Amino acid sequence: MRLVLERRNEQSVAVAVLSPLLAVVLTLVTGAVLFAVLGKPPLEALRIYFLDPLTEPWALQEMAVKATPLVFIAVGLSLCYLANAWNIGAEGQFLIGAVAGGGIAVATHGTGAGPWVLPAMLLVGAAAGALYALIPAFCKVRFGASEILVSLMLVYVAELVLDYLVRGPWRDPKGYNFPTTAPFDPVAVMPTFSEASRLHFGSVLALLVVIGAAVVLRSTLKGFEIRLVGAAPKAARFAGFDDKALVLVTFAISGALAGFAGVVEVSATVGHLQPGISPGYGFTAIIVAFLGRLNPVGILIAALFLALTFIGGEGAQISLKVPLDVTKVFQGILLFYVLACDTLILYRFRVMPAHPKAAHAA
Amino acid sequence: MRRLFVAAAVLALALGAGAAQAQNKLKIGFVYVGPIGDYGWTYQHEVGRRALMEQFKDKIETSYLENVNEGPDAERSIEALVRAGHKLIFTTSFGFMDATAKVAKKYPNVWFEHATGYKRDKNLATYSGRFYEGRYILGQIAARMSKTNTIGYIASFPIPEVVSGINAMMLGAQSIKPDMKIKIIWVNTWYDPGKEADAAKALADQGADIIAQHTDSPAAMQMAEQRGIKAFGQDSDMIKFGPKAQLTAIINNWTPYYVERVKLALDNKWTTGDVWGGLKSGLVQMAPYTNMPDDVKTMAQQTEAAIRDGKMHVFKCPVSGQDGKAVECKGGTHLSDEQILGMNFFIKGIDDKVPGK
Repeated sequence: MRLVLERRNEQSVAVAVLSPLLAVVLTLVTGAVLFAVLGKPPLEALRIYFLDPLTEPWALQEMAVKATPLVFIAVGLSLCYLANAWNIGAEGQFLIGAVAGGGIAVATHGTGAGPWVLPAMLLVGAAAGALYALIPAFCKVRFGASEILVSLMLVYVAELVLDYLVRGPWRDPKGYNFPTTAPFDPVAVMPTFSEASRLHFGSVLALLVVIGAAVVLRSTLKGFEIRLVGAAPKAARFAGFDDKALVLVTFAISGALAGFAGVVEVSATVGHLQPGISPGYGFTAIIVAFLGRLNPVGILIAALFLALTFIGGEGAQISLKVPLDVTKVFQGILLFYVLACDTLILYRFRVMPAHPKAAHAA
Repeated sequence: MRRLFVAAAVLALALGAGAAQAQNKLKIGFVYVGPIGDYGWTYQHEVGRRALMEQFKDKIETSYLENVNEGPDAERSIEALVRAGHKLIFTTSFGFMDATAKVAKKYPNVWFEHATGYKRDKNLATYSGRFYEGRYILGQIAARMSKTNTIGYIASFPIPEVVSGINAMMLGAQSIKPDMKIKIIWVNTWYDPGKEADAAKALADQGADIIAQHTDSPAAMQMAEQRGIKAFGQDSDMIKFGPKAQLTAIINNWTPYYVERVKLALDNKWTTGDVWGGLKSGLVQMAPYTNMPDDVKTMAQQTEAAIRDGKMHVFKCPVSGQDGKAVECKGGTHLSDEQILGMNFFIKGIDDKVPGK
């Protein structure tokens, strides 16, 4: 007897739903073994990792804060990926959005400017992200340059632009030469739900973006176009859709959302510009987009789930005294199982007789 | 209304639990910017944490969070420690300053200690080391040992601590050889072994035969060992990584400070403050002087003793800026601590310029 993978004739809906669940179960089992080997009580470890954050209002809020930029970026990326346009540079668009929007906060610092500052920052941040994303899109449609490479390279450019500004012209004159701008004025700070909370209105906007994207993809012609160009480019061209224009549009949207995420993040959680305003959100969001199956609601769940593993991992470091590496290994195991289980959506296991030749003859 | 009641009950429970724990053991938290295995900055803080556990045994409980991002995550990480019942929290990188200050404001009953920052509060103290004292000695050794008369310096960020370190090293070097040269590469990171090694190679290729670093990994030391040139360790004794290359190393010895602060906390006598310890307090230590002739070693030991005993100051006036003019002398016979803490200029004899200036 042997086990073979056989391609399914059509994707199984039941398995598509079950596969993430299976992945979680496998992760829990492997995680329990991992903790047991490390000499930590496995069940308690899993509780600290997955349940404790869900039962504490503070941790739930922190999950939302952590998931917010991931949702913005991943929703935008999913539109690109659905349309077969590969934007890998969301990290750069995030940073440029933060720089452009944050620039308004820096320019108006100490001038007593009115409440228009924050809305202006958000708009400019989104616009800057969109323009920045249009560079690789334009190079692709005009010159046939690989959008993957160009968008990725522009991440490093964005990092250096931010670096230059906070070390040079925008540096806080009272900041002892440390690479940071002056703290934003209150009018440039995203309001939070309460004094003590870090949960800010950006999270609400992220929810709106999820709903908006879901509606666009489901019920509009543009959404149909995006899905069709991705799934069947020839058919789409035959139907009169302009796939080059679509590359520009999806890149612009995803760039705008990433830029928006950037300016929301600096305005809400950092409060000034500095290098390292993003712990790799633009790249983590790629994982989130695929974990969420390029579906806006799926992305919301995936982002929250990833945020849970961050917060739970931190809790595990504190209460179980496990090193950070263990929590990273744990995240890795999870992603591995999710991808491995996805195989089952396209393939199924089949038990075959022992001798392939005999089977052939039969 | 009901929700309010539940919230109040939860809060009461949480507070009760916190108080019960506090009675048993003092919980101490550390927030690290790098991995504990960096063999540099973070490693030395971790050495301090382990020494605490050794010394106070079951009177305390300690936790740490490593590799904490200095941006949006820092505040949450610090608050997570507070919420887990930690009463004394050390945040060990400059980039945690604003986050520490914010959380300290929110939890007035928790004591915070922030390394290398300048924002203080009733429950937020700061502490750092006068590492520039050690760098002066490095400069003297480099001037005696270098054949090319060129020091290669791997610098992280152009912040005052790094700038004053470069100046101190050059002042030491110039005290032996007035025409010593220094080549600086800014790697814009505290910890990136790949970048640090590349910088060391580039410096060696440009003729530097002594490598000094203000970054945290032993990568440059390993490179120096391979190339057969000399180097200085940083943060910890890196002799394992360069048995033939290391001349000495500046060791950040946080243990005495941590022990003292924890004692105060246990006796409930903790108060805020600002400690800037050097060779004298033992916060800055020199690793054994190796791979050098005896007379160089003697010179280094003498300088070390002179600084420790307060007989000499690294930044004794006059200190000339790059334009050759003497800098205002605000500390009497030497530059004041404020001038060193805010140092934003290179001294005469350094050809480079402070980035962003």
